[in-house]
Amino acid sequence: MSTQVFYFVATLSIIFSLMVIFAKNPIHSVLYLILTFFTFTVHYVLLNAQFLAVVNFIVYMGAIMVLFLFVLMLLNLNKDTEPSKSPLIKIVGVIAGCCLVVTLIGSLKSASINSPLVLKNQGLGLVENLGKELFGPFLLPFELSSLLLLAAMVGAVLLSKRDEVEA
Amino acid sequence: MDSAFVIEKFILVAVIFGISLVIAMYSTYAERKVAAYLQDRLGPDRAGPFGILQPLADGVKMFMKEEIIPTTSNRFLFVAGPGLALLCACIGTAVIPWGSPIEIGGKTIPLQVSDINVGVLYIFGVVSLGVYGVMIGGWASNNKYSLLSAIRAASQNISYEIAMGLSIIALLLMTNTLSLKEIVDQQHGWRWNVLYQPLGFLIFMVCSFAETNRAPFDLPECETELIGGYHTEYSSMKLGFYLFAEYINMFVSSAVMAALYWGGYNYPGMDYVAAHLGPTWAPLIGTGVFFLKIVLFIFFFMWVRWTIPRFRYDQLMNLGWKGLIPLAIANIIITGVVIAIIEKF
Repeated sequence: MSTQVFYFVATLSIIFSLMVIFAKNPIHSVLYLILTFFTFTVHYVLLNAQFLAVVNFIVYMGAIMVLFLFVLMLLNLNKDTEPSKSPLIKIVGVIAGCCLVVTLIGSLKSASINSPLVLKNQGLGLVENLGKELFGPFLLPFELSSLLLLAAMVGAVLLSKRDEVEA
Repeated sequence: MDSAFVIEKFILVAVIFGISLVIAMYSTYAERKVAAYLQDRLGPDRAGPFGILQPLADGVKMFMKEEIIPTTSNRFLFVAGPGLALLCACIGTAVIPWGSPIEIGGKTIPLQVSDINVGVLYIFGVVSLGVYGVMIGGWASNNKYSLLSAIRAASQNISYEIAMGLSIIALLLMTNTLSLKEIVDQQHGWRWNVLYQPLGFLIFMVCSFAETNRAPFDLPECETELIGGYHTEYSSMKLGFYLFAEYINMFVSSAVMAALYWGGYNYPGMDYVAAHLGPTWAPLIGTGVFFLKIVLFIFFFMWVRWTIPRFRYDQLMNLGWKGLIPLAIANIIITGVVIAIIEKF
């Protein structure tokens, strides 16, 4: 049952992620990205990581994607304003894509499907256990990353303030 | 999964869905009656005694009106917008505990569709998802005013979500759980959270007003600047969906406020009632009390709408970012310090 759901949702994830790239309209692209994130939420639920699932739901689907949509709606992107790409960039893109495909095929060959990942602690994704892990053994990395986020936030505010003074 | 469980949950979902729709329907009637009372008018009184059939008449009107889809950038999204708005409004009811478990014919049935252990966060996620209906509909309308309204809705939603989340954190420090059922059960009798978290409740309530786009925060549908806001281009039942979604949102956020801060189905003297009426009737009375609280909150929403004028956009942003967020953070610090002191001694 669970495996079937996984394969169904995984197929949806791949289809929606491809649609993100193939959609002509940037707003449709973002909407497909939201659907992709929704399938990720389902994956987290399947892994019994409820906290991650709901945080992914709130932060990525509910906040970051709203901001993406917000910015795109303000920018009013359409075919006329799309910058034309030079042939050089296109050639570089093709080469980079081919490299990626080679890497992916190489890694797929070495990956074996006979060793499914089994969680040591099934309840790790629940809020209580996750909190104990984060504030116990992983306290220092946790605090450091929050400091990093704070620095980024202050930096963003400073940058926008400086613009205001110059204008 | 045994079929009895599925049937039980299915009935519960159907009943809650029905109640949400009926309450939303009669909220439209109540809104006009309250407005009329506050402005010294009569309000709707033609359809049926005291006009109580007015919502039905409105519903028939909505269904019968001509369907107009403008030459939009996307027809699918134009139709999906209102549907999404209504869906997001309805799914919030899934984790709200409507009453303590009820015993019918020797079977104990929990009056909650799903008691997930991240219930509070689930509500929060659903609330943050609600803005997509407005944004998609506003954008797909291909109308400048609708687009402006969609953008306003997005920025307002994001800004007030932060303060809302911070105000809940102070509450969670006290309750030590994210399950709505446990939070309500902790408020047994008179120990309602609002007595311990008055500031948190105030912030939460203001943010709920903003998240449901109700006055004084109804800038997305500010008719003096934006015609009708995001639903300018909508007519017939698609407009009805948007209006309905607003009232269901109001119902759900009233229920969340009542459950988180005002004790849910708890009331003073509930132990006495439970001892005398038995396990079938006592939970029903608790549910009745819960709905009474919800109705009072809905009335409060309407009272505010017809009393306070709409904010200006910069006032809205100032209140959110410079008023509520620092207050909510101060509330978290005070709560944390007090809890630390209590645990120490």
